Amino acid sequence: MTALRALITLAGLVLVWQGLVWLTGLPPFLLPPPERVALRLWSDAPLLWEHGRWTLLEILLGLVLGTLMGSLAALVLAASALARRWLLPLLVVSQAIPVFAIAPILVLWLGYGLASKIAMSTLVIFFPVTAAFYDGLRRTEPGWLDLARTMGASPLRLLLRIRLPAALPAFASGVRVAAAVAPIGAVIGEWVGASAGLGYLMLHANARMQTDLTFAALAVLALMAMGLWTLVDQILRHALPWQPDSLSAGERRHR
Amino acid sequence: MSQGTAPPSVHLRSARLTYGGVRLFDGLDLDLPSGQWISLLGPSGVGKTTVLRMVAGLVQPEPPTTMAAGDSTPLAGRIAWMGQQDLLLPWLSVRDNVTLGDRLRGTRTDAAGMARASRLLQRVGLADEATARPAALSGGMRQRVALARTLYEDRPLVLMDEPFSAVDAITRLRLQDLAAELLAGRTVLLVTHDPLEALRLSDRVLVLSGRPVRLSPPLLPPGPAPRAVDDPGLLALQGQLLARLAAAEVGS
Repeated sequence: MTALRALITLAGLVLVWQGLVWLTGLPPFLLPPPERVALRLWSDAPLLWEHGRWTLLEILLGLVLGTLMGSLAALVLAASALARRWLLPLLVVSQAIPVFAIAPILVLWLGYGLASKIAMSTLVIFFPVTAAFYDGLRRTEPGWLDLARTMGASPLRLLLRIRLPAALPAFASGVRVAAAVAPIGAVIGEWVGASAGLGYLMLHANARMQTDLTFAALAVLALMAMGLWTLVDQILRHALPWQPDSLSAGERRHR
Repeated sequence: MSQGTAPPSVHLRSARLTYGGVRLFDGLDLDLPSGQWISLLGPSGVGKTTVLRMVAGLVQPEPPTTMAAGDSTPLAGRIAWMGQQDLLLPWLSVRDNVTLGDRLRGTRTDAAGMARASRLLQRVGLADEATARPAALSGGMRQRVALARTLYEDRPLVLMDEPFSAVDAITRLRLQDLAAELLAGRTVLLVTHDPLEALRLSDRVLVLSGRPVRLSPPLLPPGPAPRAVDDPGLLALQGQLLARLAAAEVGS
């Protein structure tokens, strides 16, 4: 059912796109019709795959690294008042600097290869994970903490046995956001300086007026982003079966 | 009880606590005689729960407060707490919720502990739900799991904060019977806003009123707990207690 709905939505979007091409009569180098993009996807599949797998690798590594570092930062913030005083303002200020702005510097430091793109993805992912997880760790049900204290729990066990599991739904929200924004970091990195990747391919195709190839690369990127989000969402749902989901309660029963 | 010794009496003396610039307690004395069930009633916001939290060590009173057990050994580690909500952890099974204390103290639940947890779940009528998650249970069932968790701690001093307020009237009466049976022989301090509950279960009922808080002289319901709802003596006391509560409301 879900797949069918997605297909119908996709078909509707393609129809609107085609209609737009007919109505405006824009030349293909400005707005390529869907069938030309589809043709590109087919004929240039090896090229798209060649570049796509670099981008995918950057995104995945960025997601893993960013999530790990974000979780660690959130746990450190939750565990230590000292860290909260010194690290928290730093984190907030660091978000005032757009990743776009430091991309050239990262490329300068880390080179044209994978490292600078992974660093970029990591930076983009780090903050939503830290913010969501830290927020979850702070908002533990006070009754649980009282109960745990009367049971003689040490601060560390309180963190690991109560606060941490209680914060996992919030953490999951952060990771979902991270999965959705992860491609941004990688693609920006590729725009600024790379010799491979979908961002690089798009930039080059655009410069040569191969707009259909740009669109094809964009489609692959979108597909990857959606696939990644769905995968992450499914994993998180299965990992947190107790999390109440009032919106899909009618569709799934959990125990 | 496993200790085989008498449960401790607790003596709170000259308790003082300032909260938000208001002196909630000043010179408050409270005695919990060994093995007795004491209930605290009073208007909302008078500080019943805070008294309970003070005894639990969750709130630090100010000097010159002293609190000591009658056997002059520390109270820490001898207290079980049951809160207003069931406070079940949604990610743990019913059985793991019952044995939560072990998990939090970093001790593994051994075979004997598991057997005890199973026995307690059987006593509260939830043997078949041991592996279920709390979300699958009704409010009354969840509260029974919370009771089993409190009993699993096997502490001589039990502190309860309106533990049965969130369930329907009939379930509440059943839970009261169960609690009276299973907590017999322990020192219990119960905060409640239900006069009937207090009179059914307690050896002494105290009414809190005023600012700073004063305690009424204790009401002593006669006969063994749990007392029948239609017990004439109990109903007479209920009238008295309601009058005191009404007076306390006006006084504060």
